This record gives sequence, structure tokens and C-alpha cells, in this order.
Amino acid sequence: MTAVDTPTGSIGVTKLRKEDARLVTGRATWTDNVAAPGALHMKLVRSPMAHAKITAVDVSAARERPGVVAVYTGADLMDAWKTSLPSVWQVTADVKEPPHWPLATDKVRHVGDGVAVVLATSAGAVADAVDFVDVSYEPLTAVTDMEEALKDEVLVHDDAGTNRCYEYAWDSGNLDEVFDRADVVVTRRYINQRLIPTAIEPRAVVVQPDPTSGGYVMHSATQIPHILRIQLAIVCGVPEHKLRVIAPDVGGGFGSKLNVYAEEALALALAAKLGKPVTWTETRSEGYQATIHGRDHIQDLQIAATSDGRILGYKADIKADLGAYLQLVTTGTPMLGAFMYPAIYKMEAHGLKITGVFTTKTPTDAYRGAGRPEATFAIERIVDDLAAELGMDPMELRRKNWITHEEFPYDIITGLTYDSGNYEAATDKAMAMFGYDDLRAEQQQRRASGDPVQLGIGISTFTEMCGLAPSRVLGSLSYRAGGWEQASVRMLPTGTVQVITGTSPHGQGHVTSWSQIAADALGVDFDDVDVLHGDTSISHRGMDTYGSRSLVVGGYAVHSACQKVIAKAKRVAAHLLEAAEDDIEFANGTFSVAGSPDAKKTIQDLALAVFAAHDYPQDMEPSLDAEATVDPENFSFPHGTHLCAAEVDTETGRVIIRTYVSVDDVGRVINPQIVEGQVHGGLAQGIAQALYEEAVYDTEGNLSTGSLLDYYVPSAADLPHFETDRTETPATSNPMGVKGVGEAGTIASTPAVVNAVVDALRPLGVKDVRMPTSPRNVWEAIQAATNGGAA
Amino acid sequence: MIPATFDYIRAGSVDEAIAALTEHGDEAKLLAGGHSLLPLMKLRLASPEVLVDLGRVDALRGVCELDDGRLSIGAMTSHQDVIDNDLVRQHCGVLADVTRKVGDAQVRHRGTIGGAMAHGDAASDLPAALLALDGTVMVQGPSGRREITAADLFVDYLSTSVNDDEVITEVRVPKLDGNWGWNYQKFGRVAQAWAIVGSLGLVKRANGSIEEARVGLTHMGTIPLRATAVEQALAGTSTDGIADAAEHAAEGTSPPTDLSATSEFREHLARVLTKRALQAAAG
Repeated sequence: MTAVDTPTGSIGVTKLRKEDARLVTGRATWTDNVAAPGALHMKLVRSPMAHAKITAVDVSAARERPGVVAVYTGADLMDAWKTSLPSVWQVTADVKEPPHWPLATDKVRHVGDGVAVVLATSAGAVADAVDFVDVSYEPLTAVTDMEEALKDEVLVHDDAGTNRCYEYAWDSGNLDEVFDRADVVVTRRYINQRLIPTAIEPRAVVVQPDPTSGGYVMHSATQIPHILRIQLAIVCGVPEHKLRVIAPDVGGGFGSKLNVYAEEALALALAAKLGKPVTWTETRSEGYQATIHGRDHIQDLQIAATSDGRILGYKADIKADLGAYLQLVTTGTPMLGAFMYPAIYKMEAHGLKITGVFTTKTPTDAYRGAGRPEATFAIERIVDDLAAELGMDPMELRRKNWITHEEFPYDIITGLTYDSGNYEAATDKAMAMFGYDDLRAEQQQRRASGDPVQLGIGISTFTEMCGLAPSRVLGSLSYRAGGWEQASVRMLPTGTVQVITGTSPHGQGHVTSWSQIAADALGVDFDDVDVLHGDTSISHRGMDTYGSRSLVVGGYAVHSACQKVIAKAKRVAAHLLEAAEDDIEFANGTFSVAGSPDAKKTIQDLALAVFAAHDYPQDMEPSLDAEATVDPENFSFPHGTHLCAAEVDTETGRVIIRTYVSVDDVGRVINPQIVEGQVHGGLAQGIAQALYEEAVYDTEGNLSTGSLLDYYVPSAADLPHFETDRTETPATSNPMGVKGVGEAGTIASTPAVVNAVVDALRPLGVKDVRMPTSPRNVWEAIQAATNGGAA
Repeated sequence: MIPATFDYIRAGSVDEAIAALTEHGDEAKLLAGGHSLLPLMKLRLASPEVLVDLGRVDALRGVCELDDGRLSIGAMTSHQDVIDNDLVRQHCGVLADVTRKVGDAQVRHRGTIGGAMAHGDAASDLPAALLALDGTVMVQGPSGRREITAADLFVDYLSTSVNDDEVITEVRVPKLDGNWGWNYQKFGRVAQAWAIVGSLGLVKRANGSIEEARVGLTHMGTIPLRATAVEQALAGTSTDGIADAAEHAAEGTSPPTDLSATSEFREHLARVLTKRALQAAAG
């Protein structure tokens, strides 16, 4: 692999984001700002219990409250649903997919489960009225622990007959032989704690009946307007062509808005039922109970190696807490990590078992990284632990086992084909930036002097699979959708350009990056391109934004549509210049005849010419517009080397990151500043898991971290300076060589930080610190180790 | 996040506020900076029927020197104005330094010193500081004015000895001479949050030894506390004794267990943080 040539034109250059002026001056259109005159404000009555039979719901008092227009129970609305809320990944043939109705009818299964819905004329009136709905519950035992749940003593879904939603087991290579042959087997249990996504903008939805179409216009704070439209058409029985879904400015998602939620179905059904607009915005505490959570895996790993540090294989036994219901991709989230346990390492065999478990907690689903952070954490942690066991430097162990750059494309043991990569280049760059040897020397010094503040060094040489694309592969995994993406390009008569994309940005800056792609391809000015998105009536086809897919698939579609425009324009140019099409050359927006430099037409000239349509080739339509649907042949595999130096105060348990270096290889870069922003945000979110965040339930199933008072989302003041850099090894699965960057930082950083914390404490006998590595967890790990117990 | 319905009275003076409190009794709450009360109301954990807003009572803002040599800080003085006040910085810098660690910039610009004392949260920074300074509050009610020492002010979890019909009008703190040093060790999960444990060390040095030491503890019980055993162990000793004395920091405390810390970990932190605070204060 070689680095790409210095890019020309707009690609590869930092352009200030077109989106930012309105965002930073408070002129964005959030769903909650959408004016819907006469709208009814909706609020759900939510269960205060984790698990209980609903024995009675008395709505009579609530109906009498000032401003209240209607109150419905779950049973009242059963005839509004054609089917239950969707789960789109049938991970095994016998996966249990119990129904998930927008409001509970028989029993509640987590704190925050909706039981009834109140509609009133103002937000204040509805907030007052919900307390007057009287629900009688017969409490049942909460099941908050996965291993308890697997005993099936208390069933979350009685009809399913078990809390085991699915079991997926798979191995390849001669696993037993490999483990028999191994000189060293390291066994570890890692707890990948439950997290809450915490997008800045809460979820919100506004549904307005549209008298023109006889249908409905839905604004929703969603990542997936296209998928939402299809799914709600199915759930609510609204004809798809009568439902327009708009994702206006959306303030972050991280996977939490990659879903089809009860409140969206309720708002649509109730707007239909009452013939009035319906509006709903969650409060933060409500969202913490009713918007999906992430992670929550127990990971039992064994890794087998030779005494000289050759990794032979691993066994991974993963239990994934799915929560109470299957949301859109609840079942599949662990599967997205299933292939990634080998990471960048060559080995002979692997064994994997994933058990999806129902509990009486908020459903989990895709949260930034979705499966890959879990896999990456486990493998990068156990490689460090293996190095410690072998007495090897952890980077030396990695070098000994990783795929070298000459070996690409490389089929890993789980069957994926890594198309490209250069782990040596990224690592060499990162090691030089980090000052690895000096930090190791300081570490030795602190250990020798018994400094209460110890220094640890953590490594994460990660890779991930992203750019959810190959539709055939997704189909083979029983994922009930494709992974293509659509774009169209409109050449306007006055020479400017509209790009329509099926991706749905919610902070990523697609308007800017797609403008750069189109400007570069068409040879027009960056400011002459606008990008339309997030409205199913404007962008009629799309698979939306998640899984670091937008650039790899959606950006590729823009590029591809532009190539079709150029092909059409070339024919028009040949016609007007009276030259053979083969003699037409295109560069920087101008078509010229080879050998006759004065005979030329700009792409703007041609756009106007086909608009006038006075003179164009007989065998084509008078239009340069084009659309493209692309479906890349493979996932993409960003990688990189992240290095963390952490100071751990052994007296207080405080961890302070002193140095954080990341060198990411996300392939070809469109806008360096946007890429850097994604890396910074990703690092913050991954470090947040390592140091700060955890959703905690008590044994009764109450969410103890029910607000931002107890759920510690770090601010800029809590995070270190990030030293970031890149290498560029182009992907081969798309013509632009791009790989995707939305999740890389999150996937990579968590194990780098925890490895650093554990590395600092190894001389004290500590082998693991449960995440988050908070002062309490660090101190307790030290106490356990120094008191002779296991950490 | 919409509070239950309430009536709102804007007090033009302390007397008007007292009259409103007298009329509405325990249905009324005073509104100062609103950074504790309003979130509680929005979460519907508090739903007073009447709010009496002190925001326009300008007489309650500002800092002056009292005849007895102490500083008087108007109860409605914002945290930021305390931090920026020249008299405070010159004569009681410890109060400015502790206040600098309260909340975030928004809280410091809206929240008030009187409000922090009235809320009486053992987890917030200023009550422990007032206690360590042997400060007082002046309160005014229907039967006149009275002064309450910090030791008498904080009586239980979020509860003070200020009566329902009384208004805190001033916070009074001593001037500290140049022999005093101080350090506040605020230990939290994130930069802008309540302390898991905080320890404020104040040390008066004379002739190379410790003449007097005081320690205020944050979040080590239902009320702010003094580590009196540490103070007694250090009086008249050299700074070499700090580490040993700090081992007594958790004596007489009954710290809570929550997600951030067990009571055992809090006791441990109190010892470590008190050692560090006193060493820095003495250094």
C-alpha cells in the first residue's frame, strides 16, 4: 500500500463547516422548535417498577385535569398497531422475538416502560396530569443480573419461556488442538459496563396531519428518517406514500436515535386518531429510562499462546444484556463485534459464543461502535495481560502477531477479508510522538521510589469493521435490510449544484464533506454546492447514518452520481463542440477537445445548454442530472495505534491521563478538521467509558444513575490534550479509498486507558480494574490485591 | 422539566420578604440564585406553593468591614462577586479560593453565598468553609435580627436552624492575618460536581510550629464537620506531625455510602485529603 498523492481541489482540504454558522448562533431547527399550531402535548405515564403485573389503570381523574384532551392505556390502543415495534436482525433461526408494543398492556418490564399516554393543550398541563393516572401494579421480582436471568427462575417474557433470547456459537480452526498445544493460556473475565448515550439534544417528535396529502408529516430527532418511515408505515398501517419523515437539525445520536421508538409510533397513531398535531420531547431523566442504553456485556475470554509470544487462538464466551425488549438492532449489536475478536492478529483458531439475555432493564442497542468497542476492549486488554504473563513488552507482543502490511488483503480467522492496512506505519508514528521509551524509564523510576502516584502505559492497536454496506453479506447474516446508499446530483441551470443524499447527518458535517466531494468531482466551487438530506420527500431513498457508513457508502454514492453527470456532460460537450466523445477531455470543470484547447465548454455551460434544450444529442434526454445507488463489495477497516500514559494516585484512586496519542488510519481524508473533530469526540466517548460513565441499577431494578447528577459524562475540563495524527492507507472497497471515522476513537481509546491504569498498578498485584476506573474502583482493586485477594 | 404550579412574589426589601414568609408559612420558599431550589422543583422533588424572590433586594449584595474587624458579605452576593471582591481577597482569601471551586461558571454567577448556607448541603463546599472559619450568619425575622454561629447553623441533612419566617441577610467571616495558610482539597468524580469528600485545612504558623489548625470536612456526614481530633493533635506541634494527625480525620464522622464511594472509602479519603490539605496549608 502506498499513500495517496497529494490531493488537488477541494478534497483533503479543511473547509469550515457550512452547518456551523446556524448551529453556533442558535438558528438551528430542532424538532422541539418545529411550530405545530394547535398541537397536543403528549406525555407517557411510565412504570416506577422494573417488573410488575398491571392489574388496573384508572385514567378517569387524569381526564378531568385542566387542559387534558385524551388519555389512553396500552389496552385502549392495541387496535392502533398492525404489528409490534421492529427488531430487524434475526440473528439465529430460533431467536426469541417477543412482541414489544408501544405501551405495555399485561405487565411492565423495566422502570420507564410506558403504561398510558396523556394528551393536553400545553406542556405544563400534561406534566401535571400524568400524576393523576392511577396504575395498580402487582410487583414481580426484578431480574437485573444476566447470570441470574439465565437461571430462568423469573421470566421477563412469559411466553418466550426463557430469558435466553438467543445463543450464537461458532468456531473455526482446530480450537482444542490449539489450546492443548499452547504453553500459556490466560483466562480473564471483563465487564463491559452499561452506558447511556446522552446526545445533547433529547429525543423529540412532532406529527402533523397534512391536509394536502391526507397523510402525515413527522419531524423526529432521528438518525434514520428513511428506515423510520418504512417501519412506522408497517407498525401503524399508514401507507408509506402518505408519511413524510423529516429529520431536521439533529443534535447528536451516537446510536440512540438509530431506532424506532414507542413515542414515535404513539405520536403518529394519536395524531391520526385525533386529527391534530401531536408533539413530544423527552426530559433527560425520562430519556435515561426510555432511550436505548449501550454495552453491558460480560466477556469471559481465554487466549492461547506459545511461550515465545505467538498467539494461537482464543475462546470468547460473551453474555449480552439486551434489557427488557428488542429494539431495532438489539439482537445484532453483539454480532457486530463477533467477527472482530481476532482484531489485527494472526491466529489459527477461534471460538465464540454469544448469549443474548433478557433482563428487566432498559433495552440496549447500538451505541457508538456497537459491538466493536466490546470486542476491541476484550482483545486489547487480554493481549496486554498475556504480555504481562509472558514477561514481554506489550508492543513487542503485538508486533510479533499482527498482520504485516505486505500481507494484505488478509483473511482473518473469522472469515473477514481485511482489504488494506499498515499497522507498522501507524505504530511507528505513534511511538515517536508518545516518547515510549522515556515514559517506560519514568515508570521504572516511580516504581523504584515507591511514588504514591504511579505511571502506567496503555496500548491499543485497534482495527474495526465499518461502513455497513455489503447488502449480500448483511442478508447472509439474516439482517432484514440492505446496506446500499443513494445520492443524486442536480445540475441547476445557473450553474450551481444540489446534491441529495440518503445519509442523515446529526453533527457529522455531511453538507460540508459532500460539497467537497461534489465540488472536486465536478470542478465547481465548493460554495456553489448545497446538500439536501433528512427529508423523505426530498431524499426519497436512503439507509441513513450509523456504523461509520455515511462517507464510505453515502459519500461514494455522491462520487458515483457525479461521475454519471460527467459522463452525460461529456456527450453533450462532444455534440456541441462537434468532436468525437473520445476526444473530449475533462478537467477542473471544463470539457475541451484534445489538441484544440480553445474548443471548450464548462460544466455550467452544459447545464444551461441542456436546460434550454435547443441543441443536444438525439439519443439522450436533455438533463445532466444523475442518481446513483452504491453497495460496496466489502466493509472497511480503519485502524490505528493509540497510546495512553496515565498517572494513578494509589492513595486516592484518581486516574489522570497525562499523555494521549492517537494515530488513526481512516483511509483517504475529505476534510481533515472534520476527521479530527470525529477523533476528538470519539476519544472523549471512549475515555468516558474507561474513567467515568456507568449506568447502575439497584437490585430492585431502579436506575440509580437516573440523571446527569449521578451519570458522570465528562466535560472538556476532565479530558486531556489529545495528540492526534494520521496515516493514510486507502481502502480498496470504494474508489475514493475512504474508510469512515465516526466510531474509531471510541473503539480504540477505552482499552488504551484501562491498559494504562492496570499497567500502573501491576506491581501492587492488580490484574484488572473494573470500568469505569473511578477512584472507588481503583482503590477497591488495590485494596483487594494488597489484602491478598484477587483484584 | 416543568415545575408544579406556584405563586411568585418579588420582594422589594427584606421586610417584604419576611412579611410574605409570615403570611404563607411553610408553603413558601425563598428564591435566591435558584441553583439548588429550581432544579429540585423542575424534578418535582420540591413543590413550594409560593416563591419569594430576593433577587431585587439590592441591600443584600456586597461586602463591607464590620466594626469588630470581621467581614460582612451580603447574603445575595453571587459566588463570582465573592471571588472577585477585594476585601475578601485581601482579608479572607480562603473564602475566595473555596468559592472558586463551587459548581461551574454558570452556578458561580447565579448562585449566592446566602443561598448556599440556607440550603445547608453537607456535600457543597461553602458550609464546611464557614464552619472551619468559625463564621456566622445574620438572620432577620418578625422578631428582629439574630446571629447564628456556623456550628449552630447546620443541624441535619439539608436543614438549618434558620426559622421558616427568617431570612439570612449576611454571612460574617473573620479576617485572617498573614500567618494563616490554607488549602482546600476538593475530590470529585468530574471537574464540575459535588465533592465526594472535601477537606479544607487552615494552619496558623508561629515560630516554626503550628499555633492553630482547623479542618473543615465536606460530605462526611449529614452536615459539614470539623475534624476536631486532627486540630487538637496539631495544636502547638510542628508540621512534621501532620501525617500522623491526619489519621484522625474520619473520627466522629458518619459518611454516606453512594455510587461514588462507600463510607469506608470516604473515611480513607478524608485522611488522605486532610493530610494533603494541611501539608499544603502549612507549606
